[in-house]
This record gives sequence, structure tokens and C-alpha cells, in this order.
Amino acid sequence: MNHTTNELKKVALQVRKDIIDMIYKAGSGHPGGSLSATEILVAIYFEILKDDDVFFLSNGHVCPALYAVMAEKGMIEKSLLDSYTTLNSPLQGHPERTKLKGIMNTSGPLGLGLAQASGYAAIKKDSHIYCMTSDAEHDEGNHWEAVMFAAKYNLNNLIQFIDRNRIQIEGTVEEIMPLGNLIGRYRSFGWKVMEIDGHDFNEIIRSVETAKEEVEAPTVIVANTLFGKGVSYMENDPDWHAKAPNEVEYKKAMEELK
Amino acid sequence: MKSIRDGFGEALVELGETNKDIVVLTADLADSTRVKQFADKFPDRFFQVGVAEQGLVTVAAGMAEAGKIPFTTSYAVFSPGRTFEQIKVTVALNDLPVKIIGAHAGFGASMYGATHESLEDIALMRVIPNMVVVSPCDYEEAKKATMAVANNGKPTYLRLSRQDSPVFTKIDSKFEIGKANILHENKNPKVTIVGTGPILPEALEAAKTLEESGIGVVVINLHTIKPLDEQTLVHYAKITGAVVTVEEHQVMGGMGSAVAEVLARNFPVPIEFVGVQDSFGESAKTYQGLWHKFGLTKEKINEAIKKVLHRKNT
Repeated sequence: MNHTTNELKKVALQVRKDIIDMIYKAGSGHPGGSLSATEILVAIYFEILKDDDVFFLSNGHVCPALYAVMAEKGMIEKSLLDSYTTLNSPLQGHPERTKLKGIMNTSGPLGLGLAQASGYAAIKKDSHIYCMTSDAEHDEGNHWEAVMFAAKYNLNNLIQFIDRNRIQIEGTVEEIMPLGNLIGRYRSFGWKVMEIDGHDFNEIIRSVETAKEEVEAPTVIVANTLFGKGVSYMENDPDWHAKAPNEVEYKKAMEELK
Repeated sequence: MKSIRDGFGEALVELGETNKDIVVLTADLADSTRVKQFADKFPDRFFQVGVAEQGLVTVAAGMAEAGKIPFTTSYAVFSPGRTFEQIKVTVALNDLPVKIIGAHAGFGASMYGATHESLEDIALMRVIPNMVVVSPCDYEEAKKATMAVANNGKPTYLRLSRQDSPVFTKIDSKFEIGKANILHENKNPKVTIVGTGPILPEALEAAKTLEESGIGVVVINLHTIKPLDEQTLVHYAKITGAVVTVEEHQVMGGMGSAVAEVLARNFPVPIEFVGVQDSFGESAKTYQGLWHKFGLTKEKINEAIKKVLHRKNT
């Protein structure tokens, strides 16, 4: 590891503050998923990506987390975060490849990211290709077309994280559209499957090391996470899928993120 | 008589030889979209994604992100028919050189009925920023168009017909994306016919009849619907003062609409639109039966010309 767990935790805390700050200032954004995905994104950018490896974000609405991680990593100016969603900003409400250097794929519309990551992985066999998806976007047919493609073409260089926070816009994933035995489904398609705590840096990094040893199959790492993690009143509450905190809520959130 | 799809398939094999970045993906339609030969010859650069058009386009986008020039093939009713959003978001908004090949466009799959007849694809594709839209008119032009779109570096829709049709362009005639070709030009023309795709021979037939009755005609082959050759269109609108557009597509939003938008802005003249008038197709043994039923014939083109000349002169 390049960093100690404590260092990564510090980065994650700062990313969470940035997420709340950006969404508060913008008056819009998706805090719940951004907060659940924080450790996965920090781990990917600070520990996992090497050489020609690339990362595809599929559930692009969690881009406040992505932008904050990019800023912490020095890929973009930290001051740029204040421009999130403002006119002419490269930090669009959903990330765009042609607007911001470092973004592999324009995303937001769900179910499209794994397919692009798979296409890339089918060409760049010598790199590791990472993709993060949400559990709710597993409702999308396009996603499963990619699941089959990646298995058929033995994309062992493809590693998918599922941010398994179990919440979507209008309720829990279980209420809106049950995913059945998600792990079993992936296994039946020929994927290697791991299940981890998506807030534990050691588990995230170790799971990737194991995935890299795979010689035939693509790997999916089901990362169990807490929607809205770190801000008590957002945790597990679908209302915070796409909502900005008011001033009182903002102050409370920043108080909790210390 | 040769098919446009065969022109595409043959050119693709040639491209495969010379350009190692060309990859081909199909959604269980390698044979009928004429990429089987490419698949046999270059198995490492061919990907069978299954009956999964959304995956077809999005996987191809990923390959383009990795530096390849992917050609995706399916029937136009499925891609771009089903894949509009995938094309908009992962191809056009990313500005990637993915080629969307829409086969059996128009009435070519006549026996299969309305579900398999693509009469909306030009409208769908030309409205997306960054997209280039090309609609070749015969076998020879399909070959050139395939070569050209491979190297244009842009998201591109290539519209292909299924049926054997007359080969009326020459092997050495020029083809440039965005530059319309003049197929027929009277020195003192009174009307301009603008056509696209394999319906153009009907327009040429209509022109012949008109010339015989003393009415001078210009026939433009508008093989590129986007970017539009505004200069040529405006030039002939000025000279003739009347335009008839002809396409195997809905008149709403199609090639004729594109022409009308340009002329309305630059030099408004009376225009008549020959095409499908806001209805679905249906089954027929051959596409000709449907061309007849839906008014895509030289007779109907002649009627449209009479009408537009009447409007011009009153």
C-alpha cells in the first residue's frame, strides 16, 4: 500500500466534507450514493490504479465523490469543486468525458458503464479495467448484456465494484425491484464474485489483489455500503438520493464529519 | 443489380486489411448485415455480442475509448431504433468514432412488416450533435461511403438497404462526406430533385420524363444528410426556385426536413416532400409493393414536381 489506512481514512473524511460542501453550494446533487461510494473511490484512485489501468464510473450521479477524490489526488484544482454544476464548469452535474480530463466515460444514464468498461477491457488486455456500478442500476437490461459479454470474452482484466447500498430514488432496492440472489446471478454467468465491507480499505484493496490473480473470468466485488454514510440523518434514507441540505442540515453534517 | 449492404461488407474486408484499428461488432446478424466475411478473415477483431443492441453500442463505445474504430451492425429498427440513448450518451456525447450501421433501412425487410421497416432512423440520428449521417444510394457508393466513414474520426450513422438495386454511380465517381453529388443537370433547369438512398433511380426516371416534356431538371444525390451541403442546396434552389425531396423514410424529420431547414434559412422556395407520410409500413412480398403503396414512385415524384412548379409559378 502507498498509504496507511489512517491516511486513507483522512482522505475519505475530507472527500465527504467536500461532497456535502459541493452539494450545499450547488443546491443540488446526490449525497446518499456519493457518501456510500467514498471509500471505494478513494481506494481506486489512491491505491489501486496503476500504469495504464483505467476506471469507468457507471453511476455517474455520484460524481461529487469522484470530483472530490480527483481534487484530493491533485488531478484537478481543489478550488474547481466550488464550480460544480455552474455554467461553463467542467464539473457537470453528471461527468462528461469531453469536458473534464481524466473522465473515461460520460455517465449518468444508468446501465451503460460496465458495457463501456468491457469494450475497453476487451481491447486493452494488458491493463486492469475498473468499473463502479450501483446495485439499483442492475435493473437495467443494458447492464446484463455487458455481464454476459464480459464472461463470454473471458475479461479477467475487468474488475467491477458494486456499491451495494440497497437504496434507490423511490425506496429500497428490495421494494422497487428485488435483485434476487445477486451473487448467485453473477456466479451463474461465470463471473468470479467476492463480497466485502465497502467502507473497509483493507478489504477493498485485498479483494482487488485477489481479483487480479483470476486468469479467466471477470470479477465483481459486491461492496456492502451504507447509503449516506457519515451523515446520520442521511443514512439509509432514500429522500437523500438527490437532495441538497439546507443551511441547518449543512452545518449539522459538517459538525458530524469531524 | 447489387445490394448496398454487399458494398458495405466488401469494403469492410478491404478496410480490415489496411487498418488494424477496425473492429466489428454485431448483434446476432453477421450474415445479413454482411460482416460474416470480415468475421471469418479477422476473428480477433470481430465480436459477437448476442441479440443485445444496447450492449452492442455501449461495448463499442468502450472499444473506441481504447483507440479502436468500431463498426456496429444490426437492423436499423434495432440500432439506432432501440439504441438512441446509448448512441447519444456513450458515442456522440463522448465524441467517439463508433460507426452505427443500420441495415435493412427503409422497406427492404418488406416481408417482415412494420416492426422491421426503418422509416425513422435518419430523423433519430441527425438530431444528435456530433453525429455524421450518411445514406449511400447504390453498391459502389456504399463501398466508398464505408471507406470514408472509417476515417472521418466522428460518431457516424451509415444507412444500408437490403435489396439488390441498380448500380448507377461509377466506380471512379467522387465521394466526399458532406459534399452532394449532381446526378443530372439541365442547363436551364426549372426544378431541383434532392434524393437519398436507392430511391434515387426513381428520381432519375422522373427527371427523364420531365426532360422529354421540355422541363429542365437537376437531380442531387444527397448521400450525406449531416453535415449538410448547404452551398449546393442553396445554389440550385436559387437557380430553379423549386425543390422536390425524395426519401425512403418518414417525411417528418428526415432528409427533406433537413433540406427545408436550410432553404427556409437561406433561400425559401416551394418544396414538396416525397416519402412516407406519417404512417407505419406493413408486410409485402417485395419492397416495390410498399414503394408503390406509400407513394415512392417516379409517378408520385412527377406529381410532386407538377405541384411544386404550379406553386412556383403562382
